[in-house]
Amino acid sequence: MSKKTNEASTGNTVGKVGSVSANWDHLGKKGDGPAKNLLEVRDLQVKYGGIQAVRGISFDVPEHEIVTLIGANGAGKSSTLRSIVALEKPAGGSIRFEGKEMIGLGTEQVVKNGITLVPEGRRVFVNLSVYENLRMGAFLRNDELQADLDWVYTLFPRLKERSWQAAGTLSGGEQQMLAIARALMSRPKMIMMDEPSLGLAPIIVQEVFEIIREINNMGMTILLVEQNANMALKAADMGYVMETGSITLSGAGQELAENPVVKEAYLGKARN
Amino acid sequence: MSKKKDLVFALVLLAAAVVLVFILDQTLTETGIVMTVLKKGCIYSLVAVSMNLLNGFTGLFSLGQAGFMLIGGYTYAILTIPAADRASVYQYFDGGIVQFSVPFWVGLICAGLVSALLAWLIGLPVLRLKSDYLAIATLGFAEIMRAFFQWDTLGPLTNGSNMLRKYPSFTTLMFPFVVSAICIALIVLLINSSFGRAFKAIRDDEVAAEAMGINLAHHKRMSFCISSFFAGVGGALLAMYQTTIQAQAFKTTMTYEILLIVVIGGLGSVTGSVLATFLFYAASEWWLRFLDSPLTINGWEVPLLRSGFRKVVFSVVIMCIVLFARQGIMGDHEFSLSGLMKFFSKKRKGKEASANE
Repeated sequence: MSKKTNEASTGNTVGKVGSVSANWDHLGKKGDGPAKNLLEVRDLQVKYGGIQAVRGISFDVPEHEIVTLIGANGAGKSSTLRSIVALEKPAGGSIRFEGKEMIGLGTEQVVKNGITLVPEGRRVFVNLSVYENLRMGAFLRNDELQADLDWVYTLFPRLKERSWQAAGTLSGGEQQMLAIARALMSRPKMIMMDEPSLGLAPIIVQEVFEIIREINNMGMTILLVEQNANMALKAADMGYVMETGSITLSGAGQELAENPVVKEAYLGKARN
Repeated sequence: MSKKKDLVFALVLLAAAVVLVFILDQTLTETGIVMTVLKKGCIYSLVAVSMNLLNGFTGLFSLGQAGFMLIGGYTYAILTIPAADRASVYQYFDGGIVQFSVPFWVGLICAGLVSALLAWLIGLPVLRLKSDYLAIATLGFAEIMRAFFQWDTLGPLTNGSNMLRKYPSFTTLMFPFVVSAICIALIVLLINSSFGRAFKAIRDDEVAAEAMGINLAHHKRMSFCISSFFAGVGGALLAMYQTTIQAQAFKTTMTYEILLIVVIGGLGSVTGSVLATFLFYAASEWWLRFLDSPLTINGWEVPLLRSGFRKVVFSVVIMCIVLFARQGIMGDHEFSLSGLMKFFSKKRKGKEASANE
């Protein structure tokens, strides 16, 4: 093993987030100007055949914030994300990103506009190398690739060590890091993450959330879908609770975490 | 660093191959068994690599290769038969309707283009299908093409079910070698470009690929058209090699043979496909030939050896490969200097380890 490997590895975990000096200035920072909504979803409906998965939900994602949608299986969280990136065709409603209507655009256009999705279950390209995976993330652009690659590698030193390894040989946590890094490579304005903690050991989940906060601190807007309500609400500025296709509760992250209804339903604590 | 070395190694190998081909052309008889194997190897290498581009790199399970070869072969033949010979070739159709003739290289390119065009058209409906359904649809397409080209009404163009002949062909090994090498080099360049990377991404995970902003329909169609282009060129080369062409010969067994080669070589490995092609034709045309002729040793007639037995043995060999070596010869790796060095160092280490025990 090379010396470099020894330096960067931190025991059996995925590896600490590297110190980031490179700036990400196209995003701006929190508090730069008056807070505005980056994404505005209004009355969004998604149908699969006769089944209505999303029943007219509305929510906002303010710039530079972490917003989370929590809820049980089948609540329509993933469908919401999928329809924002046009992987699903909504049955009605509007999705405005920076004031621009996204419904009707193809996925390609949506990604170009600056939204990117970290899909559920990581979905890295298993037979491609880590480097190739990252290049795929930047599929729609060609400028300053090397700079962004260096930047992502500083963020995830473990990925740099493994850059020529097939992504399928990485551990689950490393694959999740790769999926996030790949999404960053498209230089998005907003990242949507679908269950980033799915199937990961608790200690790795902690690290994933650390990274989510780190990316958010750099100015990235994040829309997070989670079943792990506890972690998600702790990290989020704003939370929405989804049940069978509708938003039933909303509020600041911390506020929701203390809400007795949420506590009972998602945090495993009985109401007294 | 090792990439540069690999490139040099590949170029040296290629140069050596060119020299070897040149020497073989001077020394061997044109129609000898070795020449047959090598020429067929060159032609089918190209077709196998084109099929691998689709099946191994893009993950589209298509079985239309014989159909596209047929289209390519016929396009080439129809366009290049010298005007003076058309009356004798199209004797039942008053000399046919095409009354001009193009140089062979234009014919070769047109063969590819017409195949690609038809692939584009057929791709519009068919590429919406996935896996087995796509295979069935493309297989059906190839069969339809075979019947279509024999249709009497099209006689003035395709000569009906009669063969086409008298078009320019080649006698040297150098010609198919150079054409195949150029085409395969183009495919390799494509695979290593960001466009080709998108193919591989689609193969690995369609949803993630789409989420990255890859236009699935467009990329699948491009892969299908490019694969068909080179299958068409391969078909034209085959027509040249045979000196006559008849739609009847482009049966589904041809596609299966090519699929077999691709699987034996390893899905997702260009060098694997090339290697497997030569092995396949060497085995079926040459090394197993002796099984077809009765043999008597000291008055004792060896049982089973008779015409057709070769095919039986060959099938058993292939079944063994499919059962016990599913990754094929190369898996999804490429033959390269660094790969070779790794392989041998691993072997040596393994030996040392067992010696130490």
